[in-house]
Amino acid sequence: MSIVTVQLGQCGNQVGQELFDVICEDGQKEVYQGGSGTERFFHHNTTGELTARAVLIDMEPKVINHSMSKAAKSGKWRYGETSHFSQKQGSGNNWANGYCVHGPRHREAMEDVVRREVERCDRLAGVVTMMSVAGGTGSGVGTYVTQCLREAYPHSFILNHLTWPYSTGEVIVQNYNSVLTLSHLYGLSDAVLVHENDAVHAVCARLLNIKHISFGDVNGVIAHQLAGILQPALTPDSYGVYSRNPLGELVSSLVCHPEYKLLSVCSIPQVASSSMAYSVFSWPGLLKHLRQMLISNARMEEGIDWQVRAPPVQCGGAESARSFRATGFNRSLANLLILRGKEVFSAEADGLQEAALYTSWLPSREAFSVWKSPVSFNKYERSATLVSNSQTLLEPLDNMVRKAWNMFASRAYIHQYTKFGISEEDFLDSFTSLEQVISSYTQLG
Amino acid sequence: MTQSIVVQVGQCGNQVGCRFWDLALREHAHVNKEGVYDEALGSFFRNVDSRSSGAGTCDIGGRIHRLKARAVLVDMEEGVVNQIVQGPLRDVFDTTQLLTDVSGSGNNWAVGHMTYGSAYGEQIVEKVRRAAEHCDCLQCFFLIHSMGGGTGSGLGTRVLGLLKDEFPGVCRIVTSVYPSEEDDVVTSPYNSVLAMRELTEHADCVLPVENQSLVDILTKIRLMSGPRIKTDSSLASGGPGGRTEKPFDSMNNIIANLLLNITSSARFEGCLNMDLNEISMNLVPFPRLHYLVPSLTPLYSLADCHIPPRRLDQMFSDAFSKDHQLMRTDPRRSLYLACALMGRGNLQLSDLRRNIHRLCSVPPVGHAHSLLALSNNTCVKGSFVALRGRYTRLYRKKEDGMEVGLFSQAAESLSSLIEEYDGLDRTSSSSSPSLDAPRLKMAA
Ligand SMILES: Nc1nc2c(ncn2[C@@H]2O[C@H](COP(=O)(O)OP(=O)(O)OP(=O)(O)O)[C@@H](O)[C@H]2O)c(=O)[nH]1
Ligand SMILES: Nc1nc2c(ncn2[C@@H]2O[C@H](COP(=O)(O)OP(=O)(O)OP(=O)(O)O)[C@@H](O)[C@H]2O)c(=O)[nH]1
Ligand SMILES: [Mg+2]
Ligand SMILES: [Mg+2]
Repeated sequence: MSIVTVQLGQCGNQVGQELFDVICEDGQKEVYQGGSGTERFFHHNTTGELTARAVLIDMEPKVINHSMSKAAKSGKWRYGETSHFSQKQGSGNNWANGYCVHGPRHREAMEDVVRREVERCDRLAGVVTMMSVAGGTGSGVGTYVTQCLREAYPHSFILNHLTWPYSTGEVIVQNYNSVLTLSHLYGLSDAVLVHENDAVHAVCARLLNIKHISFGDVNGVIAHQLAGILQPALTPDSYGVYSRNPLGELVSSLVCHPEYKLLSVCSIPQVASSSMAYSVFSWPGLLKHLRQMLISNARMEEGIDWQVRAPPVQCGGAESARSFRATGFNRSLANLLILRGKEVFSAEADGLQEAALYTSWLPSREAFSVWKSPVSFNKYERSATLVSNSQTLLEPLDNMVRKAWNMFASRAYIHQYTKFGISEEDFLDSFTSLEQVISSYTQLG
Repeated sequence: MTQSIVVQVGQCGNQVGCRFWDLALREHAHVNKEGVYDEALGSFFRNVDSRSSGAGTCDIGGRIHRLKARAVLVDMEEGVVNQIVQGPLRDVFDTTQLLTDVSGSGNNWAVGHMTYGSAYGEQIVEKVRRAAEHCDCLQCFFLIHSMGGGTGSGLGTRVLGLLKDEFPGVCRIVTSVYPSEEDDVVTSPYNSVLAMRELTEHADCVLPVENQSLVDILTKIRLMSGPRIKTDSSLASGGPGGRTEKPFDSMNNIIANLLLNITSSARFEGCLNMDLNEISMNLVPFPRLHYLVPSLTPLYSLADCHIPPRRLDQMFSDAFSKDHQLMRTDPRRSLYLACALMGRGNLQLSDLRRNIHRLCSVPPVGHAHSLLALSNNTCVKGSFVALRGRYTRLYRKKEDGMEVGLFSQAAESLSSLIEEYDGLDRTSSSSSPSLDAPRLKMAA
């Protein structure tokens, strides 16, 4: 089964291009038996070239042109000649402009490009949309397009991949745009997978030792982690055959309740190529670190707080919520571990299945899943990716909502949104629904 | 790629505009060595093939034939515009882009706004419309004018209102030259206050520039560099054949640089692409408070190569210092509502993570990098209060025959603007900035 990717706005189109690069590189190295990674993300065009099952959408042409020519220059894969839609003038960092103006105006054209891509698939596993939440096009048009996809493909899985802005970002209204995007997507999406630019930037600086970090570096890390999830793997029920429905499996292992659908990702190991030669990784070592990263809410392998322990199995409600703050313990609702590489079938992941890590209302057997593949991924002999539905994103989400709310208190910038048809009440609705999400995740504690 | 149209009105508007076109051409010549008409050039210039019958615009990617500025030049006297079309820039304008009368507005806002506005408004809009038809996607108008005279101030703001009616979706960025305290135009406070009301109502953004600040900056540059300004620096006006510099030229070059920098990331590729409409989106939290004080660095090294280039971080702090503001204000002592930094040249994302906002990879001619800051800061209030003071003193000895209603409305508009800034200053000093607004409570 195949996945159609819809890349929106500058960020979506840049991250998407990087993702296909990684998948193409990785997929050509070894052939996965059964549904190959190549078929999942690519098809062959009439002249036999590997072509991404992707749609590129932006309201200005520069970035799309750049991504398309970069792909073509790789000599390995390309974007479809007509699989893009662009206009001349961006949405000016205004969610309302994207959602209320550009989206509806170009609905038909955008739906057409997506439909063409979908019809090329023998079977559609689902759609992945990729975008930032801080600008105008990815966030606003992206939300609108997700809404259209939900209508057009009611039975397909939709995974929204979102890039969250630097907390001191370059778009002043980023928190408004983020709040509007998240609140709307929450009702539409099957799962919302988040990368925070701050966290990824830190990986580039501290683990990969990159001096002058560019978006290309940041996107490389995001693409690595995403491909780690989306490349073929064996699931417990797939009986030795590579799973054919990765999005469905992902959603069913991680999103068991519509109130909880914020997923974060972390990967291990991540090291600079120059230090690869000196690093030795064993499964027990990797998994021990990964477990501690999870429970102590560390976003990378450096600076893990080893003092944090899982509390004794749940004593209940408010009490444990308080102890979460005190100990820095990150409670999970569900986790999905994906292991790739040598001797993968001998890897023991029991530490991540302990009941103490999870809420009392979902047995840890159901809360924790493992996928495996004996094929080494990217440059690593052994690597692990953890997708987590936990409290990890609670703090950044809370900060985002707090900053937006403080701005909203003085009604700053609201006129920029009302002029395109988003009212103060719409803002209030969005705040209300995100406060509800925050409250739900807080209560996991 | 989008395009912009420059509308330059009055003596000052046209003289500043003229410096802008000169520098823009030089900048593109420097970057675009192959002589290909590219999208960057297309944002401010049409490429006209005069040999083809229709004299139509050539497509992006072809050879440069003859560049025509996307501009409309308006003055109610002939002198300045005539000089331009006889000077070195004569080829970039053709007569259909010009509109002049002979007698000027006599430093009287009402003559420019009412009399000439009614007489010429429709014709001016028609010329703008023609320029707009040559655009593939018109994004922005840049209006350049002075506040102190009659034509730029009066007719210029009339045109601003017309643009709003005719092209409501196109962003209006106004560069307004404010008179110095000892301006030789006696009526300049009147004209400025009357124009301010129009700017407050109809502009998306105003970039106020005070002549006195430009004088101060130039004095400092001369002190540091001696009498000679590096000839190929972007501050010098390099007409071919070493033509003599006119009195306002070096002041106007500073303003022209400001405009070049604002538009640079829309014209050239950058790792953080910027759209011009993002300026008002990010910098204007309240619709009337859209006065963005510009500052430019490095000003000094712009003038003289013997001064060592400013270190990057020094440049960042300079951008906020009093000495680099193009208004006589000190933003560090007041409240920032919003601020954008637009860097050009070899700045990295990581430099910018320390709070830079926009990046464009093409440095200005002759420099490795430069930085422009636009500050929406309550400090502009000071300049406005001073202006109101001069206005009131003048008004006490008012002459007969003035339209009292108009004056009082304009004064009221200015006062309520000042009050709006005051209100923000008060809330910021009374509540600690770390205090959060009480959040919505969710039932468990
Ligand atoms: N990780 C990553 N973040 C990016 C990239 N490009 C932009 N961003 C982030 O995306 C946000 C800005 O949104 P953009 O994607 O540029 O905006 P857009 O969707 O094109 O919308 P408009 O330009 O407003 O029409 C900021 O938070 C940036 O930090 C990228 O290539 N990688
Ligand atoms: N910076 C700068 N200021 C100028 C220039 N020319 C005039 N001024 C200032 O502009 C104000 C006078 O306005 P002008 O632009 O000369 O007047 P106008 O718009 O032509 O209007 P009328 O002459 O009354 O028809 C005064 O404050 C001058 O100091 C110039 O080239 N550069
Ligand atoms: Mg964009
Ligand atoms: Mg004049």
